[in-house]
Amino acid sequence: MDRTTIDLWVGIFVALGLAALLGLAMKVGNLTTSSIGETYYVTANFENIGGLKPRAPVKSAGVVVGRVGEISFDPKTYEAVVSLNIDKRYGFPQDTFANIYTAGLLGEQYIGLEAGGDEQPLKNGDKITQTQDAVVLEKLISQFLYSKATESDDQPEKKSASTETDADSLDASPLDKISHK
Amino acid sequence: MANAIVEIKDLSFGYKGRLLHQGINMTFPRGKVVAIMGGSGSGKTTLLRLIGGQLKPSKGSVLVDGEVVHTQNRDGIYRLRRKMGMLFQQGALFTDLSVYENVAFPMREHTDLTESMIRDLVLMKLNAVGLRGAHALMPTELSGGMARRVSLARAIALDPSIIMYDEPFAGLDPISMAVICDLIRSLNDALGATSIIVTHDVEETFQFADYIYFVANGVVAAEGTPDDLRQSSLPFVHQFVYGEKDGPVPFHYAAPDYQHSLLRGAR
Amino acid sequence: MHKIKRMLSRLGAGFVNKVWRLGAGARLFWLTLISSGESFRRFRLTVREVYFTGVMSLIIILVSAFFVGMVLALQGYQTLQKYGSSEAIGVLVALALVRELGPVVTALLFAGRAGTAITAEIGLMKATEQLSAMEMMAVSPIARVIAPRFWAGVIAMPILATLFSMVGILGGYLVAVPLIGVDAGAFWSQMQANVDWRHDILNGVFKSVVFGVACTMIALFEGYDAPPTAEGVSRATTRTVVTSSLAVLGLDFILTSFMISV
Repeated sequence: MDRTTIDLWVGIFVALGLAALLGLAMKVGNLTTSSIGETYYVTANFENIGGLKPRAPVKSAGVVVGRVGEISFDPKTYEAVVSLNIDKRYGFPQDTFANIYTAGLLGEQYIGLEAGGDEQPLKNGDKITQTQDAVVLEKLISQFLYSKATESDDQPEKKSASTETDADSLDASPLDKISHK
Repeated sequence: MANAIVEIKDLSFGYKGRLLHQGINMTFPRGKVVAIMGGSGSGKTTLLRLIGGQLKPSKGSVLVDGEVVHTQNRDGIYRLRRKMGMLFQQGALFTDLSVYENVAFPMREHTDLTESMIRDLVLMKLNAVGLRGAHALMPTELSGGMARRVSLARAIALDPSIIMYDEPFAGLDPISMAVICDLIRSLNDALGATSIIVTHDVEETFQFADYIYFVANGVVAAEGTPDDLRQSSLPFVHQFVYGEKDGPVPFHYAAPDYQHSLLRGAR
Repeated sequence: MHKIKRMLSRLGAGFVNKVWRLGAGARLFWLTLISSGESFRRFRLTVREVYFTGVMSLIIILVSAFFVGMVLALQGYQTLQKYGSSEAIGVLVALALVRELGPVVTALLFAGRAGTAITAEIGLMKATEQLSAMEMMAVSPIARVIAPRFWAGVIAMPILATLFSMVGILGGYLVAVPLIGVDAGAFWSQMQANVDWRHDILNGVFKSVVFGVACTMIALFEGYDAPPTAEGVSRATTRTVVTSSLAVLGLDFILTSFMISV
């Protein structure tokens, strides 16, 4: 085979490789979505962020408006400090509420922003004061078990005394009791 | 001897405790064609590798142009090798390069000649072996004799002062053999080089060699000019030169008594 | 008793032989690295080998990638559909390809296609005394023959693996979107939301570079070490495939565990 033909093919080969890498970066990876548009950042403190990861989406009304930046721990308040990079196009009032939600039952966690009524908008470096922690499944379960245990402590003699009341206790489902608490 | 370009002094060499050579002394004077002869497996090719520094002797030394080969570092050995050209048994042409590129290979590796100078030199070398017309062929398209000649052109590409031939006649038809014989002698004289030929072809070698060493059982069994050796009364030389089946070199490999083996079942 | 003794000693000899070969291979690797200068100074030597190892492997890599992507989409859809999340099919296909299948399957195919060719070529060059001839011409076969092939393999492997991932994703897209009817927007956007440039894509490329070093070096060593006979070369070729495959899978585990923990 001719030398120049080989060079040509190798050139095509390398170009294809670079194109594929570019394709992966643009079309498959999130290299583009993170750098799109200019952003401003605000911070928010949470007592518990659960499984929130850097680069998780920040949504408002279900629309992605930014991404989670750094997550760090504040040793003074023992709270997690989460910085949010929000697209410059979207302004939010000062009293915006930041929640950590879970997509689906076991999906990834994201931050949901709920706008308040303040006239002052959030500026670069501001702090969101109103936050709600992540729902931790283990906590929920242990809460449920605890309430169940206290409940059965309350009425031990009743249970052992008669079996007729079993039907009553079946009526009240455990979930109802949690919501009543 | 000041006039010797290669000297082998009291050389011993062996693999894994078995000594192949035991105290060999040889001298290769400048400008001569010297043949090393011996039966198959007598370690003739190994001698060439020792001269080229591909193997290290167990004892003794090889001197090329007055320098000991095996004590050199890699650069030193490579410097010495640039004075040598070697023709391998099967030609050893690079199968992925054309005839032209094969001959140009040493020039491209070791010189900074321009493309047009390399072209002239390659065609000159190929012309010397009569294969200028075959420069565009690939090695697989050549006959055995032609491949050997191309390989020879490659060996002399950098005008070496020592040309080594490893079994140059093996497997060739009589015409190709005669061509190679002729080339060895004429190239040697034209380049003013020294040729070292390892072979077991008595007939051809005796025609053109200046001096011959016989190697057997790890030592130089006999040496001399072709005429001396023809007259030699040594039984080994006589057997070799005249090609007799049995003699000091036995037909049978060392074995226990035949009848004994058959009766007991060979083990 | 005698038999057991003989078996044990053969086992021991086999083990010692393996360790010896590992050492010899490492030595060749080192020699290759220190004599690599020429393969960059005369880059054409390397380019030529990229052609033989990389370009010539393109067809098998691309066709395999296409089918692997399609099968991934079909199988993934079957399972994801049960949980009502068939839009995640794009994520599944992309992550499986970019993180694991791209580098690993490419390396396995490379060992079979290019690795065997390298071993056979070097083995035959040795058997026909071409390497010896080169040495006698004061040209180091390691600098002139081994090193360019090594770097060519190291360059070609990540390119092939990237192409594998890309074509595999396209294959998955063809099955998921036009064939099954998953929404195209969801397919791509879910993928983009969950495939990370550094942790997934670049780590995959890094893996394939490591596999490129391992596969090419094993192929070169087996060829360089092969006994100069027809049988020796054929055995060495087989060993190239076996050793490369095991090395790739073992290295993959090690690399993955590092990447996940970091």
